[in-house]
Amino acid sequence: MSANTIRVLEPFIALGRFFLLLARAFRSLREVARYWKNIFEQMVHIGIESIPIVALAALFSGAVTTVQTAHQLVSPFIPVSIIGAVVVPSVVLELGAVVTGFLLAGRVGARIAAELGTMRVTEQIDALEAMGLNSVGYLIVPRVVAGVLMFPVLYVVACVVAIGGGIFVGHYTGEVPAGEFIAGAREFFRPFDATFGLLKSLVFGFVITAVSCYKGYYTRGGAEGVGRATTEAAVTSCVYLLLADLVLAATLL
Amino acid sequence: MIQLQDIHKSFGGTPVIKGASLEVREGETLAIIGRSGSGKSVLMKHMIGLLKPDSGIVHVDGVDLNTVSYKQLQMVRRNFGVLFQGGALFDSMNSFDNVAFPIRTFSNLSETEISERVLECLEMVELPDVGPKMPPELSGGMQKRVALARAIAMRPRYIMYDEPTSGLDPETSNTIDQLIKSLTDKLRVTSVVVTHDMHSVLTIADRAAFINEGVIWWIGTIPELHACTDKTLCDFVRANEYQIGEGRAAYKDNP
Repeated sequence: MSANTIRVLEPFIALGRFFLLLARAFRSLREVARYWKNIFEQMVHIGIESIPIVALAALFSGAVTTVQTAHQLVSPFIPVSIIGAVVVPSVVLELGAVVTGFLLAGRVGARIAAELGTMRVTEQIDALEAMGLNSVGYLIVPRVVAGVLMFPVLYVVACVVAIGGGIFVGHYTGEVPAGEFIAGAREFFRPFDATFGLLKSLVFGFVITAVSCYKGYYTRGGAEGVGRATTEAAVTSCVYLLLADLVLAATLL
Repeated sequence: MIQLQDIHKSFGGTPVIKGASLEVREGETLAIIGRSGSGKSVLMKHMIGLLKPDSGIVHVDGVDLNTVSYKQLQMVRRNFGVLFQGGALFDSMNSFDNVAFPIRTFSNLSETEISERVLECLEMVELPDVGPKMPPELSGGMQKRVALARAIAMRPRYIMYDEPTSGLDPETSNTIDQLIKSLTDKLRVTSVVVTHDMHSVLTIADRAAFINEGVIWWIGTIPELHACTDKTLCDFVRANEYQIGEGRAAYKDNP
């Protein structure tokens, strides 16, 4: 194949490589018991260490949503409890998962790509393979498994904090008393919304970690390559996250 | 025994290896020499299946690396110790854990036995005290020696060295060369050394293979290398000797 043909085919080659890597990762799942220690380590890095920033972002987005909903909806003809009925489903259905997703695409995605990218360019991945170790099983599987396990946890944290923030700010700004907010929220709550949100966070966890692992694992070209892989991991994760969001909403709602 | 037959490999449409055949004999130290970018490391990476040839055959102890399953390839690789160009130490672990890593992963030894083995390996590379140090705290030469300790930790039958002395000062290079020589004698391993440092080649190798224009241009023993008549090879060898000679001359004039 000439260099030009390869350039034209590059996006397809990349897609093929991504799915081949995923297939290898799935096959390596059999060895998952061997790497449980790495999984726990990654669960701490990806999950536990992300709680403060996720909680902070959720707190503000919950508070802002409440204030803005109050601003848009409240009139003498609409009961204030409607604010709770609007804020809670939007947090549970969309905000909780998407805010967490975007934050983690930056925080976790960039970290994974930089880590694996550096290991690639300094031949540490080759060293693992040369020892006879499955580098995909050792490096990628723990990260993706930890992402899929911890994302729903972070999503729940985000929802709880966002709703709490909404209640708090609504109450103390005098827009909606806490009791009314909760009453409104309970009246219109559908358990499916929470299931859907959880499913979404699970998919987002997979998308972000898988895309970032791919970008990092196939890094080329020294420090510049690591920089490029890191940026691409964060940006591409966000794009695929939005795409997954749309696909899930269109098929399941 | 490692055999490469008619290996072709290109990257992004640019051919790098264009039909290279080579045999590494049991117990010998073979140096693969050639200019930068001539494909020396590429050829070495074929021997452990880190790269797959576009066409051609790679045999290690009779196993065809192109057709084996990944599991079998892993088993073949466990006979190898590889010293990568930059050392490739895992920077998330200290030196001790780096050397212990393959032992912990692939053997059922107890922590005491592992610790004994690690110290033994670190002593072989003359760095018994660096265990607690993280890789970035070590100098380039020390990193390579720790990486060498890691490469021999599983008592491999083959050791591959990728540019073991590049980027090191002449004195440290000499130390590394001596180390490779003594390890080869002590451990009775088959070694492949990728290098463009003729001084290393003359010190440690039994045979040398010169790679040029994507093929094995010349292969022979060290005495044969001294007596070579091929112009391209002579130019390469003499460029090195000239450098060494010129350095000596400059030192004599201006000590």
